[in-house]
Amino acid sequence: MEPQPTAAHAIETVFRLESPRVVAGVARIVRDVGIAEELAQDALVAALERWPRDGVPDNPGAWLMATARHRAVDLVRRRETYARKLAEIGRDLGTTALPEEPADPDDIDDDLLRLVFTTCHPVLSPEARTALTLRLLGGLSTAEIARAHLVPEPTIAQRIVRAKRTLATRNVAFEVPYGPDREARLGSVLDVIYLIFNEGYAATAGDDLLRPGLCEDALRLARVLSSLMPKEPEVHGLTSFLEFQASRTAARTGPDGTPVLLRDQNRRRWNRMLIARGIRALDRADATATGAPGPYALQAAIAACHAHAYSYEETDWRTIATLYGLLAARSPSPVVELNRAVAVSMAEGPAAGLELVDALAAEPALRDYHLLPSVRGDLLARLGRAAEAREEFVRAASLARNEKERELLLGRAAECAS
Amino acid sequence: MPRYLSLVHIDESAAPAEGPSEELMRRMGELIEEVTKAGVMLDTAGLTPSAQGTSVRWEGGKISVTDGPFTESKEVVGGYAIMQCKDKAEALEWTKRFLKVHEEFWTVTCEVREIAEG
Repeated sequence: MEPQPTAAHAIETVFRLESPRVVAGVARIVRDVGIAEELAQDALVAALERWPRDGVPDNPGAWLMATARHRAVDLVRRRETYARKLAEIGRDLGTTALPEEPADPDDIDDDLLRLVFTTCHPVLSPEARTALTLRLLGGLSTAEIARAHLVPEPTIAQRIVRAKRTLATRNVAFEVPYGPDREARLGSVLDVIYLIFNEGYAATAGDDLLRPGLCEDALRLARVLSSLMPKEPEVHGLTSFLEFQASRTAARTGPDGTPVLLRDQNRRRWNRMLIARGIRALDRADATATGAPGPYALQAAIAACHAHAYSYEETDWRTIATLYGLLAARSPSPVVELNRAVAVSMAEGPAAGLELVDALAAEPALRDYHLLPSVRGDLLARLGRAAEAREEFVRAASLARNEKERELLLGRAAECAS
Repeated sequence: MPRYLSLVHIDESAAPAEGPSEELMRRMGELIEEVTKAGVMLDTAGLTPSAQGTSVRWEGGKISVTDGPFTESKEVVGGYAIMQCKDKAEALEWTKRFLKVHEEFWTVTCEVREIAEG
């Protein structure tokens, strides 16, 4: 039984919910996400002092926003203080665009979008983008981000500080990109969210729920982005893909934490509500698309094929193989090619799949990728070439990154020997 | 991130006969949009009056069917929301916001229950 949250916890909850919007709204005034976050934190401190005494205001979000904005406007008016703040992050008043007047609260969605494009800006390393996005948009604390990434908290704290400094010194404009680089910039945003999801998805091992929790943080970010950019098909494509992936969570591991392969998953444990949401998001991706589907929409369509099959035997491998073909043409990668080989082997037989896999043997990107020998072993086993299959499974086991997967692969090797 | 089902119980006899005011519907719409934009709301709907409902009961190995309204209970389920939240505190915060858009003459109880996973 979860106890009733304490007053302080309730206030922190309100703050966590409102924080992205407050930071975004203030960043528009001070033109710097680092300073904006500090001012938002000041507003939280004020709330923690005031609310327990005077009661929580009717509209706590508006209160926090007004308090933080008020401080922002004050700061900007006291030019010396503002100049000092800017100097701390390596900027000066002369090169900083003049702050705008606080806008209509209805523009908050635009401010949020500006914040998304800023935290996912390509001047930052992928690690810095994910950390800053989780911090400012996902509402995660530095400690939570550190635990989820299995690194010490000071490392993440440093990463976030440096990221903010980079944005300031490189004079990254707090704006939503339009024009020629918009697509690339949006791609960067989607990739950051996907990267966060994947970190959680790959972390099936371990007792710490914060790692799998990253999947949900990413999914929430994707859902938010879908509502902020309803006309972008790839945003819906990503959301759809993640909804489908998340729908399989309960079936992906056995009671003892061992990974369960797609073919062996108990599909009754797939979450139908998330599948329905995935289908709806995919429909929106189709409805908003003006050209051929993008890579995320294609991956969502593949996931939808799996979701529509009530048993592994009913999987429509022909369609999946076709979709992988489109994906390989659209954004070629050895991993996509490997997945295409699996689908082709299911649609046309193991020999056709093996031909595609063997073409990948020399691929440097896959040299240490355990799934290449694992897939090859599986195809050889299906072709009755047990001794070769066993070798591949042993090799795959030596490359596998987590213990549970290693056990699974050694088990398959043993099957080939008997 | 756990999922929560908020079962909205209302006292139908005390609810306005003409249904929710336009003002309430507008505020409710805005709130639902906000919760959806926050990536929290997975599904929500209101239910038709319990007078149009039927309860089908299994007891002692027998089925019995009773048409509504269900007079034995003062408050009946009038709607539901399924939210995905970081913790119960967040689910309760959204629930309070949902309740606060109602006029003062309403009596509404939200039963917030975590959905069992796995």
